Amino acid sequence: MSEYVKYLPLAKPKIGVAGKTGSWRTEKPIYDPSKCIKCDLCWLHCPEGTIDVGVSENGYVRIDYDYCKGCGICANVCPVKAISMVPER
Amino acid sequence: MVVAIKTLPKEKYFLPGSAACPGCPEAMGLRYVGMALGKKAIIVVPAGCTSVIQGLAPGCAVNLPVLNVPFASADAVASGLAAAKEIIGEDAVIVVWAGDGATADIGFGPLSGAAERNDNIVHICVDNEAYMNTGIQRSSLTPYGAWTTTTWTGKKEAKKELPLIMIAHKVPYVATASIGYPTDFIQKLRKAASIKGFKYIHLHAPCPTGWRFDPSKTVEMARLAVETGMWILFEAEKGKVRISPFSKPYVDKSKRKPIEQYLRLQGRFRGITKEDIKILERMVDEAWEILLKLT
Amino acid sequence: MVVKPLTGNYAVAWAVKLAKVKVIAAYPITPQTTIVEKLSEFAERGLLDAKVIRVDSEFSALAATWGAAAGGVRAFTATSSHGLLYMHEVVWWVAGSRIPLVMAIVTRTIGPPWNIWTDHSDIMDQRDTGWIIMMAEHNQEVLDSVIQLYRITEDPRVYLPGIVGLDAFILSHTTEPVDIPPQELVDSYLPPRRQPYVMTIKEPLIMGNIPADLKWNMKMRWDIHASLIRAKEVIEEADREWYKLTGRSYGGLIECYKCDDAKTYIIGMGAWVGDMRDAVDRLRDEGYDVGLIKVRFIRPFPDDKIASVVKNAKLCIVFDRSISAGSAGPLFLDVASHIHRYGINVPVVNVLAGLTGLDVTSNEIAYVVKKIYDSFEKGELRNNIVWYFGGDELWW
Repeated sequence: MSEYVKYLPLAKPKIGVAGKTGSWRTEKPIYDPSKCIKCDLCWLHCPEGTIDVGVSENGYVRIDYDYCKGCGICANVCPVKAISMVPER
Repeated sequence: MVVAIKTLPKEKYFLPGSAACPGCPEAMGLRYVGMALGKKAIIVVPAGCTSVIQGLAPGCAVNLPVLNVPFASADAVASGLAAAKEIIGEDAVIVVWAGDGATADIGFGPLSGAAERNDNIVHICVDNEAYMNTGIQRSSLTPYGAWTTTTWTGKKEAKKELPLIMIAHKVPYVATASIGYPTDFIQKLRKAASIKGFKYIHLHAPCPTGWRFDPSKTVEMARLAVETGMWILFEAEKGKVRISPFSKPYVDKSKRKPIEQYLRLQGRFRGITKEDIKILERMVDEAWEILLKLT
Repeated sequence: MVVKPLTGNYAVAWAVKLAKVKVIAAYPITPQTTIVEKLSEFAERGLLDAKVIRVDSEFSALAATWGAAAGGVRAFTATSSHGLLYMHEVVWWVAGSRIPLVMAIVTRTIGPPWNIWTDHSDIMDQRDTGWIIMMAEHNQEVLDSVIQLYRITEDPRVYLPGIVGLDAFILSHTTEPVDIPPQELVDSYLPPRRQPYVMTIKEPLIMGNIPADLKWNMKMRWDIHASLIRAKEVIEEADREWYKLTGRSYGGLIECYKCDDAKTYIIGMGAWVGDMRDAVDRLRDEGYDVGLIKVRFIRPFPDDKIASVVKNAKLCIVFDRSISAGSAGPLFLDVASHIHRYGINVPVVNVLAGLTGLDVTSNEIAYVVKKIYDSFEKGELRNNIVWYFGGDELWW
């Protein structure tokens, strides 16, 4: 950088750059751990990367509802229908 | 080298809370670029959906170095950037992440130039088959018969055969891929990154917003494209084509699902006639014929 | 001291070689071609350690040059006329990105009709972009200026790209004796390259995505302008340091010739300034108290310098080799509006001459100046925008 040039068109990576995009949802994915076969396909195909796998004590799949846009791809690709879409409120 | 899902890195190179539409294939694709290349990649992004998906500065949804560039210039900028990195001795993979507009239309000249010079870059054409970012106008990669905001009664021209054009440039590596088959895409991207010279990967990216289908069906749509034979997954090295495993079953025409199964699910094909379907079927057959001749 | 007979284009090539540029990407266009040919030869014969990218168009040329510069290396390109217009989108992008690089413009007029000869339309068309823009008077200045511009553009007080302009054929293809400074001298003059940021795998930095705050965006535009203003001091410094090493000075932003006791000033930019010097000598012999202000840099515009010279003048005559059609010559517009800012109420007359490569001799310059001066003295100045087509063909 420069102590003289102060205004540059630069950015840094940021989570939630478009805000809490979870507020966009009209449908919400609900995970049923009892059906889950831990195939990682939901993690693989989530466009936002809001699904984490193998990190939570409350089940293999963890969905970040702050940012999940409710697209429904996870439910669509799950081979055992362990995720279902329910209306958001 | 088959890529196993469980071996893919969990680091997030594309961060949640981006400005992408729900179900966006470009967001998916960017995650796969991160999984394939990680911190080695510098992404060159010309005008397109991803310009907006990055979100608002000083933040960015992409967790990699990104150079946003004028619409037509991506391949030329990447050529210069690659030259600099080689001179400095930095082991970077320069990736152009360009839509169908930036690749096949406005950026076609510089694309061809970089390919002919065999500059050391990977060009990924993320093909959602229209100028989506500016509101779903047709591009040369819009398929025959598709509605767009500039082809209200369906596009009259056929989809420009970019992969074949790139094979004719005799570059070291040309491949097609699909966001419906991420492991195949990641494997191809890693292979491309290991080759010196110009590499081209054409990534099929079904767009719920522009093609008019439910956002939950993005992956289903991408897979149907392959299962009907309308999208062919292959690699070409030194001009010799190799049909990829996920497309192999469909070499046999009888195994291909009827293309109506794919077309019917998309609002952009709502106005399609029986004649159009016959034309499209013929186009699919011809595409396979030509490709198989090159195997 | 090595003096070689060099064309302006070869002087550019030698300067690029001395500046140890690492990446060159250019597309041929008459009359720039011999710059790139010479640089290709230097590179292929191992005299210059640089990668030459033989791009597919001028648009790609500046894009690739900028890509290399953003990647951290000293880069260079050159073009003219239609090539410059073709890359115009990238010209803006480079300035906005604040990545320094140097481009030589062999100024050539713009068609239709097709015309390879000189005027300043192409370079003047870049005035708004945020680049540092200067023009040389002769081939020694061409060589020296390219080197100076690497120092100026890469200065942290500036961080903007820069253009060195040289008139088509008059300089680009005309041989003059040029002193080629030793490599060690240039090495001591040019510090290692600096830039505000680099695109590197070492950190996830993003350049250019949409800003959330438009105020912040507008401040970037302000910053470019402020950096150009700050560049004035850097330019003067660069000239002084060059003088210490080579004994050659160009006065910094402007150079004055016979200004001390002048009451009427001729103001111009480019190769024809040399002819203006001759004209001034001739006019002085005939008793006119004329001086010459050579404008070296048009961006940043040397408003304060020019104002301090002309503040007690009787008359200024600005020669433009291009027109902002529908208004007036661009150099005239800058001069007239800026001296007005300083409250200086000197009449300024604009002469449009030499456009589309129409040759203008020093005698003709003297003729025009006399005509204007004499009319002015009699209070009979018909217009202060005058078109001159040579001989006695003056259109008021």
